[in-house]
Amino acid sequence: MKISLTKRYRFAASHRLYTPRLSEAENKRVYGKCSNAYGHGHNYVVEVTVTGPVDPETGMIANVGELDPFVQREVIEPFDQRFLNEEVPEFREQVATTENVCREIFRRLKSFPSAKLERVRVEETSKNSFEIEADVGAFDEVRVSRGATTQ
Amino acid sequence: MEGAGLPGKDRMIRVTRKVEFSAAHFYHNPNFSADENRRVFGKCNNPHGHGHNYVLEVTIAGEPDPTTGMVLDLKELKDILETEVMERMDHRHLNYEVPELTGQIPTCENIAAVIWKLLEPKIKSGKLDRVRLYESPELFVDVNAGNGARA
Repeated sequence: MKISLTKRYRFAASHRLYTPRLSEAENKRVYGKCSNAYGHGHNYVVEVTVTGPVDPETGMIANVGELDPFVQREVIEPFDQRFLNEEVPEFREQVATTENVCREIFRRLKSFPSAKLERVRVEETSKNSFEIEADVGAFDEVRVSRGATTQ
Repeated sequence: MEGAGLPGKDRMIRVTRKVEFSAAHFYHNPNFSADENRRVFGKCNNPHGHGHNYVLEVTIAGEPDPTTGMVLDLKELKDILETEVMERMDHRHLNYEVPELTGQIPTCENIAAVIWKLLEPKIKSGKLDRVRLYESPELFVDVNAGNGARA
């Protein structure tokens, strides 16, 4: 029997999908409306899943009282109400697609001390979500799903 | 799920049924001091208890029967959930009224694990694949067999 705990968090941020490695015309073709120079924003939902043994003394995999401030400090504070491309240093070098946002969130949360980070799932809108799971083969694999979510 | 007599991944269907129950609980470990209880469990330590509208999603995996086209009769699953979960937990105080939880802190992890243990032997068609228990829309626990079937 394997048990995991998932907590959902929210942040709102703006981004622009644009890479200087492509021409203006190519950026427009690849990213469409998302390439609008002024940027646009989303209400992001982040699902953080941790796994590990349930401590018999607390009945918990991880204390949400520890997970919440950790996620708050590592992700929500630096991402919420920000322009991701400029205000989160990692997106100066890479496009702020939600694949990359998902991977960056996973990287930031990996050091959670009380349980193993198993999955990060980011909803960019209620129709598009992206998830990354720990230790799938040699990589942390990103999965993308588009369409209505069940939640 | 690659074991004897089980269908290959591409033929297997997962069927999920959802039920909701409302129950009261609080967190308290008699081995901890009053201070420690407050520190570890925070507001959840309030001895008067508090409650949640729990949402339970139970997933059964199997190959549809060629005659009925069903993995299992959902009516049967509904009855099992009624007997095993609703009658035990709905409108109950989980600290006092559910013998299976005696001696355990009634966290989402422990409740979900108890539900898994109650349901697993009752599922005769298909196999219990996942128990997902939402304590709130923002917090849920998943229990699965832990054999990598859902990797």
